[in-house]
Amino acid sequence: MISHAIPIVEIKDLSFSYGDEEILTNVNCRINAGSYVGIVGHNGSGKSTLLKLILGIIKPDKGKIYLFGKNNADLIEWNKIGYVSQKAGITTSHIPITVQEVIKMEKVTDKAVDDALSSVDMLKFKYRLLRELSGGQQQRIFIARALVKKPQLLILDEPTVGVDVKTQEKFYNLLDRLNKQKAITLLLVSHDLHTISHKVKTVIQLDRKTYPYNINSCSVDHIHQPYATNI
Amino acid sequence: MVRAFLAGLIVAIIAPLIGSFLVVRRLSLIADTLSHVALTGVAIGLLMGINPLITTILCTVITANIIEELHSNKRISTESILAMILPGGLALALILISVANGFNTSLITYLFGSITAVTQQDIWIILGLGITVLSIFIIFYREFIYTSFDEESARTSGITVRLINHIFMVLIAFTVSVAMKVVGALLIGALMVIPVITTMQVIKGFRQNIFVSIAIAIAGVFIGLVVSYYANLPAGATIVMTLISFFIFTSLVRRV
Repeated sequence: MISHAIPIVEIKDLSFSYGDEEILTNVNCRINAGSYVGIVGHNGSGKSTLLKLILGIIKPDKGKIYLFGKNNADLIEWNKIGYVSQKAGITTSHIPITVQEVIKMEKVTDKAVDDALSSVDMLKFKYRLLRELSGGQQQRIFIARALVKKPQLLILDEPTVGVDVKTQEKFYNLLDRLNKQKAITLLLVSHDLHTISHKVKTVIQLDRKTYPYNINSCSVDHIHQPYATNI
Repeated sequence: MVRAFLAGLIVAIIAPLIGSFLVVRRLSLIADTLSHVALTGVAIGLLMGINPLITTILCTVITANIIEELHSNKRISTESILAMILPGGLALALILISVANGFNTSLITYLFGSITAVTQQDIWIILGLGITVLSIFIIFYREFIYTSFDEESARTSGITVRLINHIFMVLIAFTVSVAMKVVGALLIGALMVIPVITTMQVIKGFRQNIFVSIAIAIAGVFIGLVVSYYANLPAGATIVMTLISFFIFTSLVRRV
């Protein structure tokens, strides 16, 4: 079944290279509202590059990317998008910054901060230093910062790296809750195909070893899971 | 002496303010790099017979923005860029000194600072720059903190990261130019970084850390000035050693 509603993310004929190295070639993709999509692939397969292209952090060599029906370069309603980057926790390890200060990096009220922390069960850590928290707890804080804007699309780049299996389970339960109860469209990148394929509704596989230099990843052929209708 | 205290107070407020973000960005070395470039500005000023503070500001602002452009291109590591520009600034200053053949003594006061020789015109420029840095800092605090901690997420918050980074670079250049007169080009980095890393050991909160590091810097500048006056020691060096003693004391207390 193909939805005719404006997709949350639409990628048309996207190609990108780093110098002479072709990373993504003619990618076409539609992600509709309510989807829960995992992008998987080995290191260097272009997962994080695809996210950066979607977010407009880097520009494509060819093709267009639309977010909420608008060219991503022209998007001004960034409050519709929450992003948890892979590097989010790296710079904070030596800095005394509190959880509250991390969330307040977004322009929001104190009430919104409390609501966002409550939604990830971290309100009691509001005044704690971020560096005192575990990797899994820090990841929840960064999700809270992304959620504080009340986004319709939440994008996460390798959110479970360095997180133990038990915490990962809790983490995926949280994502599942956000997708089902708050109807947030989720797009997450991971190198862990095994775990992701059991958690998300749709898998996009970027694997240059399997599909060398021909990564039409969103074509139906490459989708494993039964909820392919979201794409 | 009143002018010295006033100049010291302004620098003690803005140096840790900017230094806090340099520590987050792991860019502490940029203060030293720009201070060497500042020497070129001083040499040009002395050569042209105009206030060296003005030419220093021009040189550091231009260089700071070149560094940011090279850094954002990501083709060369920031560390390598700074390693090239730091000696480059000093080398150009030395060439200009050689060409002018005669203002070595004046340049030495900028190398090691001469806060007691601050003129009334210097005070007005330092005050103007200090207020400018403080105002821009307050206006863009959220943008600076978000961009410093997580540049990619800041972009998705609608922040024009490139513009914010350039504004921040201008603030660093202003601060280095102002601080040079107080502690000297070779000691600027200390005033921007030591108060911040001293308080980071004990303070719980980034904003709180900024305020306390400013207090530490003010104490360091005033104690340093008084000690240097009565002990007949160089002011800049005494200020830096006072700040280092604060750091050592805090580290020891924390371990107890």
